[in-house]
Amino acid sequence: MLSASVTRGSMRKSPSRRGWLMIAVFIFILHFLPWVAPNTIHLSIMMFLFAVMGQGWNILGGYAGQASFGHTVFFGTGAYISTMLFLRLGLTPWIGIVLATLGGVLLGIFIGALSFRYGLKGPFFALIMLAFAEIFHMVSLGWGFIGGAEGLLIPLEGYAPLKMQFLDKKAFYFLSLWMVIGSLYLVWRLERTKIGLYFLACREDHDAAEALGVNTFRAQLIAIALSAGITSMAGTVYAQYLLYIDPDSVFGLLNSVEIMIRPIIGGAGTVFGPLLGSLILTPLAEYSRLALQSYSGVYLMWYGLILVIVIIFLPNGLMGLLNNLKDRYQTKGQ
Amino acid sequence: MNADPILELENINKSFRGLKAIEAISLSLSPGEIVGLIGPNGAGKTTLFNVISGFSVPDSGSVTFKGQSLIGLKPHKICKLGLTRTFQIVKPFNHLTILQNVAVGCFNWASDMAAAEAEAWRTLEFVGLEKKALDQAKATTIPDRKRLELARALASKPDMILLDEVMAGLNPTEQMKIIDLVRQIRQSGVSVFIIEHSMRVIMGLCDRICVIHHGQVIAVGTPGQICADKNVINSYLGEGNAFVKA
Repeated sequence: MLSASVTRGSMRKSPSRRGWLMIAVFIFILHFLPWVAPNTIHLSIMMFLFAVMGQGWNILGGYAGQASFGHTVFFGTGAYISTMLFLRLGLTPWIGIVLATLGGVLLGIFIGALSFRYGLKGPFFALIMLAFAEIFHMVSLGWGFIGGAEGLLIPLEGYAPLKMQFLDKKAFYFLSLWMVIGSLYLVWRLERTKIGLYFLACREDHDAAEALGVNTFRAQLIAIALSAGITSMAGTVYAQYLLYIDPDSVFGLLNSVEIMIRPIIGGAGTVFGPLLGSLILTPLAEYSRLALQSYSGVYLMWYGLILVIVIIFLPNGLMGLLNNLKDRYQTKGQ
Repeated sequence: MNADPILELENINKSFRGLKAIEAISLSLSPGEIVGLIGPNGAGKTTLFNVISGFSVPDSGSVTFKGQSLIGLKPHKICKLGLTRTFQIVKPFNHLTILQNVAVGCFNWASDMAAAEAEAWRTLEFVGLEKKALDQAKATTIPDRKRLELARALASKPDMILLDEVMAGLNPTEQMKIIDLVRQIRQSGVSVFIIEHSMRVIMGLCDRICVIHHGQVIAVGTPGQICADKNVINSYLGEGNAFVKA
């Protein structure tokens, strides 16, 4: 009987104690970056926020296999909920962010229930999301109560940590850094649970998943709820950081592209894909904006070019490339 | 039939637009039985499986499994009740490992990863796929995919399993291995309802055979009775068939 000699590997490897220690040290070092390289604070914050939103997209698009072309609808909803509560009721964004996340989750469940009930998949679901984002875009443009086309300006009250306002960008750096860490950990854990595996099963084949006892409707609803919640949460922080939101920037199609392109290029369906994509694309966009100010859309051409190259040569994104290299290295080592 | 039937089909009808795919099919299966379902292409075999497993709703009739009606239940609910199926066109989760594929089935009853993983390994050893457990499903051969299809279904710990042509496209040696597996599955107390075109397989394996033609049952009986049935010879086996002589 040869079977007994087979070593039983597990489905997902976990870091060793040394690995965890290295991760902890690395995170610790990251806390000093604002002092070491003060010029990169703004860039880092944007990088982290888009990594968080990308991670939100990744849960639904990368893991559960329902790519959304309108994810900014959750981002904008989060931004508007906390900002409106702050401006009209004086509610602190620290509570606002919880309600914004909740609002995003409810909106996600609403859109998901409508779409998945009728088995929408692939391009059809992607377009439904695009349609919802455009509806929210148009409504927010025309609705004076929430600022209309002029958007909403959050008055800066100076150093007011209880109102999520800081004169120093460092606070937002730490906030966004820990949101990235939190979202990475969440997805890492998800990969090791039943529901995470169910997401993947839904992505691969609905019928086969159903035949094996997977409630595909429920699994996808959970995916969109998590995905929407994370993206909405980032929306609140974004609004508090920039202190200004308007329909075009938070509900516009362009922002949906910004959210989805990072996980796709970094590697959809991987834990680190969205962060990796954001580490590359965010600086690229910011610097080409600075360098070529008179040509304001040039960074979009960069996106297009990179997207074409990645889709042709790296269908699994940069994480796919890294994994291939790792496999090759390991087989050579044996 | 001595024991209470595990699965009872009563007067099932299903048509697609004007075409009657299944007409007034009634059949009952006893626990621990291996029943074969044969018939020419387009006879309605897979449609019947779709109706039983919840992928398609019959126009009329009843499907009762362990005393409970399955009509209107989603496939995942039916799987929870202990009835699962394989697909004629295999549907592996391509970008997952073989082990993950099987673990999805295990989660039909398991609540934590460790239990699911342990059972997935046991099931893979049972079907002989343990050495490929960490390969991606898309990188496997057809015989392995057929076994994977079987392993996943078994991992859900069913009381009854519907096998839709799990041996099609396999050579006789590979078929023998699967036949062995199916016998062992029955030994473990699982009832088997199997669609198969290879008469060699079906005659040797089944306790009873149900023959359908144009969506209607034309004969039910032991392999010996089926071989001697005039209707079956005319519509399916053909004159001069090796099994007819036997």
